[in-house]
Amino acid sequence: MSASVALRRRRGRFRQDGKGWVFVGPFLAVFALTFLAPIGYAIYLSLFRDQAFFGGTVFVGLDNYTEALRDPKFWEAFGRVAVFLVVQVPLMLVLALLAALAIDSARLHAAGFFRIVIFLPYAVPGVVAVLMWGYIYGDNFGLAADLNDLLGTTAIQPLSGSWMLPSIANIVTWEFAGYNMLIFYSALRTVPGELYEAAAIDGAGTFRTIRAVKLPALRGAIVIATIFSIIGSFQLFNEPNILRTLAPNVITTYYTPNMYAYNLSFAGQQFNYSATIAIVMGVITAIIAYVVQLRGSREAL
Amino acid sequence: MKSYRRIRRLVVAGAALTALAVVAACGGSNSTGSSSGGQAAGSPEAVDAALKAGGTITYWSWTPSAEAQVAAFEKQYPNVTVNYVNAGTGNDHYTKLQNAIKAGSGAPDVAQIEYQALPQFALPGSLVDLNQYGFSQYESAYTPSTWAAVHAGGGLYGLPQDSGPMALFYNKEVFDKYGIAVPKTWDEYVAAARKLHAANPKAYITNDSGDAGFTTSMIWQAGGTPFKTDGKNVTINLQDDGSKKWTGTWNQLVEGGLVSNIPGWTDEWFKALGDGTIATLPTGAWMPGVMEASVKAGAGKWRVTPMPTYDGQPATAENGGSTQSVLKQSANPALAAAFVRWLNHDEGVKPFLASGGFPATTKDLKDPAFVDKPSAYFGGQKVNQVLTDAAGHVVKGWSYLPYELYANSIYGDTVGKSYQSKSDLNTGLQAWQDALVAYGNQQGFQVNG
Repeated sequence: MSASVALRRRRGRFRQDGKGWVFVGPFLAVFALTFLAPIGYAIYLSLFRDQAFFGGTVFVGLDNYTEALRDPKFWEAFGRVAVFLVVQVPLMLVLALLAALAIDSARLHAAGFFRIVIFLPYAVPGVVAVLMWGYIYGDNFGLAADLNDLLGTTAIQPLSGSWMLPSIANIVTWEFAGYNMLIFYSALRTVPGELYEAAAIDGAGTFRTIRAVKLPALRGAIVIATIFSIIGSFQLFNEPNILRTLAPNVITTYYTPNMYAYNLSFAGQQFNYSATIAIVMGVITAIIAYVVQLRGSREAL
Repeated sequence: MKSYRRIRRLVVAGAALTALAVVAACGGSNSTGSSSGGQAAGSPEAVDAALKAGGTITYWSWTPSAEAQVAAFEKQYPNVTVNYVNAGTGNDHYTKLQNAIKAGSGAPDVAQIEYQALPQFALPGSLVDLNQYGFSQYESAYTPSTWAAVHAGGGLYGLPQDSGPMALFYNKEVFDKYGIAVPKTWDEYVAAARKLHAANPKAYITNDSGDAGFTTSMIWQAGGTPFKTDGKNVTINLQDDGSKKWTGTWNQLVEGGLVSNIPGWTDEWFKALGDGTIATLPTGAWMPGVMEASVKAGAGKWRVTPMPTYDGQPATAENGGSTQSVLKQSANPALAAAFVRWLNHDEGVKPFLASGGFPATTKDLKDPAFVDKPSAYFGGQKVNQVLTDAAGHVVKGWSYLPYELYANSIYGDTVGKSYQSKSDLNTGLQAWQDALVAYGNQQGFQVNG
């Protein structure tokens, strides 16, 4: 008796699942083709070693992974984006948060204008943005050179070895602060008006309202923006790759993990090792993003 | 009468098609087999037959004359269609070419390949050895240095298109202004660099932020042979006499901060060439065309003189230059070879010269119309006299690495650090060598270094 009920229930659930598959099917097909298949292929590639000139393809098991984990170039690149992540991401998110709060405060004249202006850099194609900043940074003929002339020094060298990472961070902040501001701003717009009314009745001032109402409401958005920014930092590629023509000795072929993977494949034809680097980096990114998400949502509870 | 001619044409076409089918079949088996050369996959007759039979080929190139050449070729041979593709300049082009070779399809029939990149494509067997079409008979038509440059491992993988024997381009206005004599030796060049920079701290004798092509050419001129390849065996010695001779001179400039760090081919560079910031350029003979097009402000100021040397005796090296090669993937290698022959041995040279190119063909290098042509940009100087003379003084015995493109790509990681810290270039060259030895061994070579 109880067994047949369980069976019926299970059968019912199965039928439900079947219907679900029909709806999910098209998505799954595309997902498998464009996401799972390339990852599978990359994992497959990472288990071999192909010699571009003589000799052929050899199965090497996990050799590529042990090599990657001991590769000083990879860790140098990883260390660089890690520093970038720790410094640039908080800075950018705080700036974006301040801008969002300011625009949402309703005390700003022409808030719509500011919203557009701060967001505008995001609409500039990344390559164009970097080229533009490249001209500004030029210490022979660019704005940096003019400033040096004006001040009578040669101290401003945005493209030199010690300045390069902050220079890139500046470009990335300029590009993405507006984007993150928009995420925060839209989250603020969903806060129900009653909460503000209640806060006002309780006698909360502007800053108290921000702390007690707005920031808790923003928590989800902050977690999302942080995860996006972590992924973006680890995938840093466009900016250093384009600036490389202006500072070829400062920006090495392994300046960031993504540049390293790219140059391994397309300059050195080391496709297998390149795939390994990409996978290792992907796993590290996924772990860090997951930890951030876990912490973010736990605190939300 | 009319019908007779038509029948004859048909017979010829039929014979040619048969020949073609045979060639294609051989080509097919060739590309799957790993051995190169040896097999007679074609003959000199097959090239003419293929040209008569016609067909379609694809050509990848970024030379300025490519479009005009293809148009002229198609006009002369209406039954041949050439699909011209500009697949990018330099590395972009090679990346696409390498990917197509790796994928096994999608490569063009004919591709432009720079001399420095030729071994990288020829040695793994991606190119057709043109000896089988009897192209070795054209040897006397080309300068010895370019003829050597289209060979790799005993095979002939193209006909030379242009050449870049190096000369010293200098801004006469700057030299006159500071009363500096035009240097004939590298010691005089270093002295000139000191004098100029002392007189005007914003002016530099030249720019060099580290450029692999320039470094290898300078080592070449100094008599160095850092790269030797014999089949699988590669020897790398970037500390040989020639390399050390060059660093002995160039260290003085780099360590003394006497060279500008403006990277070549940037907007800043073109501007600096025009306004006197950069006073000289030791570079290839193709430079006049570039300057006329991109450094308008320098018109009338610049002149050309032979390269400074170590002992005052004339000696120079090649810098840059390309050939056109036939890919193994080509379904019609005989027709592709015919196109290459036309481009660089026949009528194709004319549109090339018209576009301002510097030829590799001895006939054109001796032609008074070319040699004695005064150049308005260079203040009426007959620059080609200097440049064609340089073509005859290229130091012999040079060869590039079989993975020169990779080597160039990591130059900034290694030698670039010496430039960045203005320190001994030998340290950087040693680091470059170590990285190249490691890479070569990984890729199946036996590298000593």
